[in-house]
Amino acid sequence: MAKILLEMKNITKTFPGVKALDNVNLQVEEGEIHALVGENGAGKSTLMNVLSGIYPYGTYEGDIIYNGQVCKFSNIKDSEKLGIVIIHQELALVPEMTIGENMYLGNECGHKYAIDWNKTYSEADKYLKMVGLQESSKIQVKTIGTGKQQLVEIAKALAKKAKLLILDEPTSSLNEEDSRALLDLMLSFKKQGMTMIIITHKLNEVSYVADKITVIRDGSTIETIDNHGTEPVSEERIIKGMVGREIVNRFPKRENVKIGDVRMEISNWTVHHPLYPERKVVDNVSMYVRQGEVVGIYGLMGAGRTELAMSIFGQSYGVNFSGELKLDGKHIKMRKSESDAIRHKIAYVTEDRKGNGLVLSQSIKVNTSLANLGAISNKTVIDGDKEYAVAEEYREKLKIKTPSVEQLVGNLSGGNQQKVLLAKWMFAEPDILLLDEPTRGIDVGAKYEIYCIINDLAAAGKCVVLISSELPEVLGMSDRIYIMNEARIVGEMKASEATQENIMATILRSGRGA
Amino acid sequence: MTVDEKAGVSPNRKQSISDLMQKYKIGEFFQKYTMILALVIVTIVFATWKGKEGMILLPSNLTGLIAENAYVFVLATGMLMCILTGGNIDLSVGSVVCFTAAVGCVMMASGINMWLAVLAMLLIGLAIGVFQGFWIAKLRVPAFIATLAGMYAFRGFSNVVLNGYRVDITNQTYLQLFGNGKTSYVPDVMRSVFPALEGVFTKENAFLTRLIGENFVTKFNVTCMCVGLIAALVFILFRVRKILIQKKLGISQSVSGQILSMVLISALVLWLSFKLSCYHGIPMVLIWVALVLGIYAYITTKTAIGRHLYAVGGNEKATALSGVKTRNVYWFAYANIGLLAGLAGILTAGRAKGIDPVYGEGYEMDAIASCFIGGASAYGGTGKVSGMIIGATLMGVINKGMIIVGVDANYQKVVKGIVLLIAVMFDVLSKRQKR
Repeated sequence: MAKILLEMKNITKTFPGVKALDNVNLQVEEGEIHALVGENGAGKSTLMNVLSGIYPYGTYEGDIIYNGQVCKFSNIKDSEKLGIVIIHQELALVPEMTIGENMYLGNECGHKYAIDWNKTYSEADKYLKMVGLQESSKIQVKTIGTGKQQLVEIAKALAKKAKLLILDEPTSSLNEEDSRALLDLMLSFKKQGMTMIIITHKLNEVSYVADKITVIRDGSTIETIDNHGTEPVSEERIIKGMVGREIVNRFPKRENVKIGDVRMEISNWTVHHPLYPERKVVDNVSMYVRQGEVVGIYGLMGAGRTELAMSIFGQSYGVNFSGELKLDGKHIKMRKSESDAIRHKIAYVTEDRKGNGLVLSQSIKVNTSLANLGAISNKTVIDGDKEYAVAEEYREKLKIKTPSVEQLVGNLSGGNQQKVLLAKWMFAEPDILLLDEPTRGIDVGAKYEIYCIINDLAAAGKCVVLISSELPEVLGMSDRIYIMNEARIVGEMKASEATQENIMATILRSGRGA
Repeated sequence: MTVDEKAGVSPNRKQSISDLMQKYKIGEFFQKYTMILALVIVTIVFATWKGKEGMILLPSNLTGLIAENAYVFVLATGMLMCILTGGNIDLSVGSVVCFTAAVGCVMMASGINMWLAVLAMLLIGLAIGVFQGFWIAKLRVPAFIATLAGMYAFRGFSNVVLNGYRVDITNQTYLQLFGNGKTSYVPDVMRSVFPALEGVFTKENAFLTRLIGENFVTKFNVTCMCVGLIAALVFILFRVRKILIQKKLGISQSVSGQILSMVLISALVLWLSFKLSCYHGIPMVLIWVALVLGIYAYITTKTAIGRHLYAVGGNEKATALSGVKTRNVYWFAYANIGLLAGLAGILTAGRAKGIDPVYGEGYEMDAIASCFIGGASAYGGTGKVSGMIIGATLMGVINKGMIIVGVDANYQKVVKGIVLLIAVMFDVLSKRQKR
């Protein structure tokens, strides 16, 4: 057995109210590629943040043993000094700067007050060759594509003298060809003795490159599977570990299920990325929602769910739209206007409540009325008493825990903020609600209350589109489920027919087909 | 997910202290009333300055305070709208003030009807605001740059219009309405309607002489005092109505606090109108300023567009996704400050009885400073007209006080700078505590 390079022992990390990691154990041998798999929010990224010192020693329990020594990192610099380098999912390059400048950002060659540019660029070129890039390190990062940018990230890590390279979803923004090239590069590094940890959702990649696979679920390590057998580990085998959990009454029962006619229908809906117009973020999607129905859209992060919902909501995301939107059977002429969408009684409840949903510096009252000020004002003059009464009504209806509706939204907990966001859109009186990750980052109790609200909305005859990356949530709440992957709808199932395994399998099958 | 949780609950250790703070609302009190306290302290310091006791509170000095700072109040109101949208400022207002005034003065000097000139000044201001707003809102040129360009351009245009020379105003109606000479006060209507009053306000009337003071009793402006009384009464009535409605709706607000502030504010109004009555009465400029402040206080608190200003500054993306055309909100803010710069131009020309090509230099900075001292956030989204009034008053009192006690003119600017820095520091610190 080879030497163990890294051992993480009984790592426990708690955030206020949530145990993100619970006694996680991880052993990585020298010179292997170790895959970490698990659902969104299972704790993979948290674990890697503990390892790289983003969460410093003392904020977690347990030990990190690297190269036989117990490590107490207080920041990223400490871990990088030992050769532990993490490449994050989001590219962390400055587009306006050159490749060379980016590679040595914060780690400049030469003296602090006299950067040695000749050395910077010659060294940078050397590392670029190692990752198979022909570009000069003197060109700006924004001039090369995402695939090459990812390689620059790796070259940057090599320049830091990485011994243990951690790649967090390195292929999530790459196409098939670039992904394969990256994986092959990883294999060639392995031959040179590099140790790597890869976090990914794409299980076909896992069985292609990984020597060992550790499955994390709900903040605990479930198992470590050896991938050295005569046959690669099957994806079904990994999925079983990822989703095999018990669900006990996490979802309220639907009552009064009365599903009516089709209210909204889109066909051949295509949307392009606003910055890279050649990239399709929603590709030829067709779907419909009926009155009183909860339709789930399941997909992994980056599958195009948010983009789909936002493009339906007044084209608030993307460029070069095409396709048809029908409301109650009537064709609606598309315009780039959120207020148009609201007038057509469509509401989009964002996944990013702090960034895109709420005005944190204002009160619950102000936020509740924002999308429908007309209803509480008389010729643009706001009736303060009416507004207060409305806010108060929704506070009671949605059980928002606050001393007063004058409370600033920024001071509320996540669950209560989410309820204010829902209140805002319920007050806009839509017929069609696009709920994007309505339970992200809130605790179980608040989740249950939000599920009840969703059921009430459906019972009142609204159409609800529930976007979620939590499989149990989609299964527990929906009447019908669309499965999205890589910008396309790859499957549609009745809730009664859907299981975690066959949804996952649908996604994986579609990924391989591409 | 993780970021969300990190920002969540503060550690238990801090809980007990913050509990105490919460119980007595100490933090909240200081945060809310810092600048009022500062204003009171600064006033007391100047009023008790050795050798100059009480000078700053003399009726003539208080009247002067209003007249000299009228343009600051007007411009700062417009500036507040821009700052609310996200810390955007308008650097061009000083030049626009000069340009509109220059056009108006030249028009009047060439014999054009005074009212037409006044209207032209307002419309030119508005047009400039709309034009700059177009660049900022539609073409998305950063506000700082678009208005910096305006600052240069309109300074140049002023020079062109004035040919580099001063132009005087001779129109007496104009000076009466917008100036601050002896005639630019609301006449004492009460005395002319009730001639009997002349017999009451004499030095022989022992009661009034003691109440008002020997020097002032014969000239005492009864109209001004009556207006003050009525204003205070109306204010009290509205406040009582508000408290009653809140009771009915079950809004839990501290009633005692509202009554206290009601008493203090009406006392202040009465005191100020008493002081003004002892001099020449209500300055005409005060009417314009009060009108502007009243209208814009209403817009910011009671109307949809006002709400949009705060929402855009608080979270532009969320506001856009709520169906608000955010670009039009920017446009509104800049069109407004243009209009108000036109009004400030009218007042500036009136006070100086003419216009010089260098007038208005640095006005933009006075307006910006007033907003920030008055608690507007440099990132937008928070700030009130009432706060801005206090900020502008504080700056005015410090200016006036330093002149009275004879601080070297060079140091006056240093003091102003320090006041601005400290005020914004309080703002930043109080926000950091909350997070």
